[in-house]
Amino acid sequence: MNSRETILARVRRARTSSDAVIATRLREHPRGPLPNMSEDLLTRFRERAARLASDVQGPLSAEQVPTAVANYLRERSLPVRAVRWPSIGSFEWGTVGMSVEARAARADDMVGITGAFCAIAETGTLMLLSGADTPAATSLLPETHVALVPISRIVARMEDGWDLLRMEHGLPPRAVNFVSGPSRTADIEQTVTLGAHGPYRVCIVLVADAVTGIARPVVG
Amino acid sequence: MKLSSAQFKHTARKNLHDVRLQQALHRLQERFVGARAAALTDIDDLPRLRAAATEIRQHALTHLDVYLEQFERQVVASGGQVHWARDAAEVNRILLELAARYQVRKVAKSKSMVSEECGINEMLAANGIEVIETDLGEYILQLAREPPSHIVAPVVHKNKEDIADLFVRHHHRPRTTEIAELCREAREMLRPHFLSADMGISGANFLVAETGSALIVTNEGNGRLVTTLPRVHVAITGIEKVVPTLEDVSVLLRLLTRSATGQSITNYVSVLTGHKRASDLDGPEHFHVILVDNGRSQLLGTELEAMLRCIRCGACMNHCPVYQNIGGHAYGWVYPGPMGSVLTPNLVGLSEARDLPNASTFCGACAEVCPVSIPLPDLLRHLRVRQLEQGLRPRRERGSLRVWAWFAQHPRAYAWASRLAARLLRAVANRRGMIRRLPLAGGWTDGRDFPAPSGRTFRDLYARRTSS
Repeated sequence: MNSRETILARVRRARTSSDAVIATRLREHPRGPLPNMSEDLLTRFRERAARLASDVQGPLSAEQVPTAVANYLRERSLPVRAVRWPSIGSFEWGTVGMSVEARAARADDMVGITGAFCAIAETGTLMLLSGADTPAATSLLPETHVALVPISRIVARMEDGWDLLRMEHGLPPRAVNFVSGPSRTADIEQTVTLGAHGPYRVCIVLVADAVTGIARPVVG
Repeated sequence: MKLSSAQFKHTARKNLHDVRLQQALHRLQERFVGARAAALTDIDDLPRLRAAATEIRQHALTHLDVYLEQFERQVVASGGQVHWARDAAEVNRILLELAARYQVRKVAKSKSMVSEECGINEMLAANGIEVIETDLGEYILQLAREPPSHIVAPVVHKNKEDIADLFVRHHHRPRTTEIAELCREAREMLRPHFLSADMGISGANFLVAETGSALIVTNEGNGRLVTTLPRVHVAITGIEKVVPTLEDVSVLLRLLTRSATGQSITNYVSVLTGHKRASDLDGPEHFHVILVDNGRSQLLGTELEAMLRCIRCGACMNHCPVYQNIGGHAYGWVYPGPMGSVLTPNLVGLSEARDLPNASTFCGACAEVCPVSIPLPDLLRHLRVRQLEQGLRPRRERGSLRVWAWFAQHPRAYAWASRLAARLLRAVANRRGMIRRLPLAGGWTDGRDFPAPSGRTFRDLYARRTSS
């Protein structure tokens, strides 16, 4: 007997599984108790994201986005060169003096600009999906992560994110990343320090208009 | 990881007198206990959420075989491969095969307690493969050549001065004790390793049967880096970690992060499904999951099955008066605190860890804070019974229990003996009603006085009340 069979035999000895029960659970994927939220989604998202040390801007119109991003970077003396998700189109970065390249992120990129599949009001979290035009490392390697989030894509809870994922993509992509503020560690003396191995800062720019490419990955 | 649970008493005594360790443990207790309590006020109906989390974990265990097979099918469907390992030796054999198959020379690891169980770092190093721990705490421990002392905060026993000294020795940079600077230094030292590693090894907080995903919960971002940049990703985790659906994960996450660090959610929650897709710009080309048994399946269907519900939040140790005073190293293996006192004897053998089931006052704090309602004191009590049955307790202890059992079964003798004892103890007490030194109870009276009984037994008082 190989290890697979040995382990499964040991497990089965103690189990009485009913395939019907399991098939139903997987098909219906019932929700557990959900948190109540009294505020509207935008207010809740802004408040929770700020609590997790994300810098939240907007809602802005699409035209205002490049200026807001450039100002955010300049106010902090950060470089205005950036790498962006190829999915993000139609922004006039050049007019505000920014140089933005569409490609996969490299180790020396200082600023990464992404969209988000959706945003979760419950915790102030971004839900990012990896894909051909939405690489995972853009929100990870650079020290500054700028995320453009249409307010129409703010959902209440993580469960709403799963529903959107099933509806729009069926199966999950290689990586679904929930991002809640800058990377951090409290390993040394349980003192929270922002900026561990991922970004030191996360700037969330809320966008009032519908802009193609920032919310749903365009499958290439 | 080397097993040293047999030295429990010795290490515990030493640690009680280690001033810096005591300060560190006090800080841990202050931060984690308070943060958890504050974070849970955010939950509207905690008992209901806890019941739901418990049901999910128990349901998954009740149907574990079917969920594991479902998980495997989904992993294969997304282009990955599942390996089954009966024990640590098999985990190591599988890893070595994978390393050979993909010509791996360097491995970057994120924190995984199961990998500590299996001692994979030593094995890989012995085979000429460089292994870098990338979680800040685990990296510090790798430099110091020490085992973790907490499952969430592995380096809780060190202070910033210790870490500064360690970094000077290994990084040859100017010494700093600024925590932010130390973190920056570690980031700069580790970044090149993420970029040059051939294989990334992670654990998994949960496996999702519905989608074949491995889910990891991290704050530093190293977990994302080791599962995104290297060519090969291997997730190593226990067979009990499977849950049915993504919705189930959401329920468990709400309790896991609040119970562990007091966060409403960790910085990153990554749901990883298969390898890089054809048109993806990044991600590993190969995705493997190693499902580890290593003694877990023998708990199924026994009085200890509930232990397999554990989601490794660490709340039981943060709240344990024994852990709070002796720290994690005294427990002598990967898992400290109450959950470790149940798991270790089961995974390494009861005779190897005979003090652990007794490292509890049975105050019940662990069971009270457990997000998946594991009755830890009951499980420890069960292990104590098993120890006695297997003759693993000292002869004097067994003898005393036998004497006590005889009296307990002979009510008249019991009444007589307890009346005698109560009067005797009363007679030897000082004027404040305290006893300074008591034969056979040195463990108590060495550290504090023993309060003497009033001289009358409960039976005496009860008889008088009912007659008047």
